Amino acid sequence: MIDEIGHYLAMGGYAAFVWPAYGVALAVLGGLAWHSWRRHRVSTQSLEELQREFGTRR
Amino acid sequence: MISRLANPARFMRWSTAALRWCVGLTLITLGVGLYLALIAAPPDYQQGESVRIMYVHVPAAWMALSIYLLVAVASAVALVSRHPLADIAAVAAAPIGAAFTLVCLVSGSLWGRPMWGTWWVWDARLTSVLVLFFLYLGYIALVNAFDEPGRGAKAGSVLALVGVVNLPIIKFSVDWWNTLHQPASVMRLGGPRIDASMLVPLLVMAAGFLLLFLTLLLLGMRASLNERKALALRLNSAPASGRVAGRERPVPAQLPIH
Repeated sequence: MIDEIGHYLAMGGYAAFVWPAYGVALAVLGGLAWHSWRRHRVSTQSLEELQREFGTRR
Repeated sequence: MISRLANPARFMRWSTAALRWCVGLTLITLGVGLYLALIAAPPDYQQGESVRIMYVHVPAAWMALSIYLLVAVASAVALVSRHPLADIAAVAAAPIGAAFTLVCLVSGSLWGRPMWGTWWVWDARLTSVLVLFFLYLGYIALVNAFDEPGRGAKAGSVLALVGVVNLPIIKFSVDWWNTLHQPASVMRLGGPRIDASMLVPLLVMAAGFLLLFLTLLLLGMRASLNERKALALRLNSAPASGRVAGRERPVPAQLPIH
């Protein structure tokens, strides 16, 4: 079992190229996704706060 | 229909539901795509397991080019019709395009090392994609260089439209010049020249990247609309709140003139 996993992870000798390629994709796209989600959440919350603060007066 | 959906207030309403669908479909498609790419797909008879880099590299390259085209079209619409959402779409799409271009460049380099024996060559395909990356960065820097978002987007639009020249250069660079990079094997006249056992994982990963792009685009556009609305609310409410409080604004004391 462990041999099979090791064999799979070795990627036929190309592990040093295949895994970094997927890792970079995950880091770049995942990082952007996390940043986008955070910006969306923060902007939604602060707009709602402003609307509560000023919304009743108009 | 497009102009109906593109009204900013209506956009915020329908995109709430669309966002949920996009997130779910993105996760499912990328999950299936990664399984197909990393486990189900066979190793190549020449390249061995290193061919699995293709399932990241090629869809990222497709996205890098398509998103630039979208930025340019949205920029053109913004310049001609001044539709409020066109600028916002272009500005939100650019960082996503830059991210896919970076993934394409790095994964390509990691694929080039074992297959070509080099991380990088200054040939037509690689150089023109690097130029695309710098066009994205230049666009993002230019848009953010102005205090007023409208002026920044306008300057960026011009750059985006000039940069469109680069797209056919990238696409046909492998046919026009001698290059290490192989010519097109999927998007070519006469149909794809790649076996189904590899084509299917490739297309599923491409669908996953497209859905991820749509998710991030919606998130970015909605955040940008929220921020603009909040800014407008602050600007409009500042004098009004002074009146409601029933007080005159304090007059700054006169400075003694020497």
